[in-house]
Amino acid sequence: MSIAYFPGCTLSTKATGYDISGRAVAQALGMPLEELPEWQCCGATFPLATENSMALIAPTRLLAQVEKVGGKVTTLCAICFHVLRRSQNFLENHPEMLDRINWFTEEPYSGKATVTHFLEILRDELTWKGLSEKVNTPLKGLRVAPYYGCLLLRPPTEIKMDDPENPTILHECLTALGCDVVDFPYQSECCGSYLAVSKPDLPEKLAGEITASARRHGAQALVTACPLCQFNLDYPQRAKDQAWNGGQIPVLYFTQLMAVALGLETAVWGMENHYVDPRYLFESYQLSVGSDQLSDEN
Amino acid sequence: MSRVGVFVCHCGNNIAGSVDVKAVAEEVGKHNNVVFATDYKYMCSDPGQQLIRESIEKYNLDGVVVAACSPAMHETTFRKTVNAAGMNPYRCESANIREQCSWVHQNDEEAATEKAIAITCSIAEKVSSNEELESLVIPLTQRTLVIGGGIAGMQAALDIADAGYPVILVEKANGLGGKMAQLSGTYLNFNAAPDLLNQKIERVTHHPHIQVILNAEVSEVSGYVGNFQVKIVNSEERVENYGGDMDDSQSSPTNNHSPFTFDVGAIIVATGWEPYDLEKLPEYGGGLITDVVDGLTFEKMLAPGNEIRRPSDGKTPQEIVFVQCAGSRDRERGVPYCSKVCCMYVAKQAMTFQERVPYAQAYVFYIDIRSAGKNYDEYVQRAMTDFHVLYLRGKVSKIFQEGDKVMVWGVDTLSDRTVEIAADMVVLATPMTPPAGAVDLGQRLHISTDANSFFTEAHPKLRPVETLTAGIYLAGAGQGPKDIPETVSQASGAAAKVLQLFSHDEMTSSPLVATVIPELCAACGVCVNLCPYGARQIHPVWNIATVNSALCQNCGACVVGCPNKASQVHNWRPDQLLAMIDEVL
Repeated sequence: MSIAYFPGCTLSTKATGYDISGRAVAQALGMPLEELPEWQCCGATFPLATENSMALIAPTRLLAQVEKVGGKVTTLCAICFHVLRRSQNFLENHPEMLDRINWFTEEPYSGKATVTHFLEILRDELTWKGLSEKVNTPLKGLRVAPYYGCLLLRPPTEIKMDDPENPTILHECLTALGCDVVDFPYQSECCGSYLAVSKPDLPEKLAGEITASARRHGAQALVTACPLCQFNLDYPQRAKDQAWNGGQIPVLYFTQLMAVALGLETAVWGMENHYVDPRYLFESYQLSVGSDQLSDEN
Repeated sequence: MSRVGVFVCHCGNNIAGSVDVKAVAEEVGKHNNVVFATDYKYMCSDPGQQLIRESIEKYNLDGVVVAACSPAMHETTFRKTVNAAGMNPYRCESANIREQCSWVHQNDEEAATEKAIAITCSIAEKVSSNEELESLVIPLTQRTLVIGGGIAGMQAALDIADAGYPVILVEKANGLGGKMAQLSGTYLNFNAAPDLLNQKIERVTHHPHIQVILNAEVSEVSGYVGNFQVKIVNSEERVENYGGDMDDSQSSPTNNHSPFTFDVGAIIVATGWEPYDLEKLPEYGGGLITDVVDGLTFEKMLAPGNEIRRPSDGKTPQEIVFVQCAGSRDRERGVPYCSKVCCMYVAKQAMTFQERVPYAQAYVFYIDIRSAGKNYDEYVQRAMTDFHVLYLRGKVSKIFQEGDKVMVWGVDTLSDRTVEIAADMVVLATPMTPPAGAVDLGQRLHISTDANSFFTEAHPKLRPVETLTAGIYLAGAGQGPKDIPETVSQASGAAAKVLQLFSHDEMTSSPLVATVIPELCAACGVCVNLCPYGARQIHPVWNIATVNSALCQNCGACVVGCPNKASQVHNWRPDQLLAMIDEVL
């Protein structure tokens, strides 16, 4: 069973590690990701202006593409997911806007596509039990702190994935992989998002608080489902020698941990481009493949 | 042959404007049974009523028809009028020629007049064969059941017992005092409160007219106002009896093997409140962080003789954050209502804390301060000005543990800044909620509960202590959040309602109820199932249907259902209705 997959811009450029590991684990779980043909940018933000027709054109065209390949699409990027699901929701409830955009794009979209996040597919179709049965290298003793950020779960009335105040979906995924899951109070605070571009100081400050709190609560790594969260938390720790707020902590995508736990080869872990290299975390595990490659850059 | 008098009312222009009232009087006067007919400007006025009374005497009338407004409006008035002249009130009826005639045919005097004549003649025909009825007398048990032994139940019980009527006070727990007994003190007069409560408990316990049953609950209720039967069962195994001089021969409450039953005439529901489940507030650390407690838990620490020590490590907290409206006024995640008492008790707790712990600091997050009440706002102002409790106007977003501190994130909307407080302890002012069994108890008592499971009063403004079920009254927080003075007021109000009911030895009710002609009844039981008020049964010995006149509401369902026409309603007999139809046709 293959699943239509929308990678989005970031996963094709800056966050290739998320893309590579995601495709590899989906393949290994027997539900390969089939890249959506002729995709373009999702728009990157869901328009909140009253007059939002311009900003809805990009997601609408994508949803029309989705309908051509069966009407259901999945994403890894939390922001793409957020934009597509909210757009889908909005268009379903605003047929007059849908007509207007269809008239403009000349690619009719019915308003009925389904947008899912890969985490939902794991939870609802594979199930956590099914996932844990596929794990061959349980990550026992690895203390990881799930970091949800904002866009993956909010607004809950439209996203309907999990409780935004007390989310559990990443916790459950990591538990299935055998990790020790660490709760920390900043797990759903904002990372600063796109202010990384216009006011880089602010995300650096927020990231400092988030990573410091995770370390205080005993986490060895942060785990996220969003490329922007990953960047905003990882990048401020770039200066290796500089004891940044008292230490460093790697920031991983959940798919990367899955790749390790499923025993996939290091080539698909996609961990080469992290500012804080996470690979040292896995040295102590009895890995069936590639354990010799682990410490080459550390 | 009857001697009916007909009195046609002009109602100013209301009737006379479109009905030729003189023609009505003249035409109806020709009716067989009518010996006198006249018209007058306002029949309900004193001179109008005087005219009716004089005419009864002058023409020796034995029936009266007042052709005027709806019977819902003035039939009772006119029945009293004729009764004063010595006539049986049920020989007087209203013919509605206003709401059902003049008002709906304002532009057609001829048709309106014709219709008014037909209506009046048909009622004249009915009145001529009306029975003379007497009001029904219903026995009344002058004993009260009070459910709940908190301050509300005790106050109501004392008021009734002091008036000389016996009271049975049923309390679920194994002691009296309810939630008030868990308070360290009350606001306004902090130190006096425990003594006052103990005095009340003493008085209730030793009152000759109050029988206290602890560890007990009401399991079944049947009957109706003045005549309830209630069954009391152990809420645990043990039932204690606090004496009392109940001289009735019913099963003795000293018997430890309940259930036992009582006859009571009135019931006061004073079931109080329970604290909100802290675990429903995980974003505030409820149920997750040991040093996050609710107001009632903090009361215990403030109680005389106790020390303020936080639960986790027993240290004396230096900084405490109070969060008002925690879970309240929150349609999405909590309860929608305001619990009314929190603004006041938080001020009390914050002041007491700062008084007891040197150099301590209390912070209070609030949405707005609701201190409406005599001397209430002055009290909160004292907390701010004299005790320097720091009030922050804004909501708390998140509470979490960080080391041995409880971190509180919130916003101060007056300075427009986010606030982070590293506190030693947090007190959540959670909502008052009804006890878990409230809806169940309501169903047993046939009284309704609202969307939040509080008992519903008969009218939110004008009947705040009564329920829609006659003979059952409400007191205290079971009806909605309220503080002690308000609870005591409502309890005394409920007691006054009971005493009003008990001011007569028996109750009277309208004789216009259903009846069964024994010769025609085949005991088929159709009417028993049809009756919406449970007023009918098949008599076990006589083997016919019988009517409980106190429960019958005169709806007529049994009349329609009865295949033998054995079921009839007084003064709405089939022969009367046929005669009325003949008149109209």
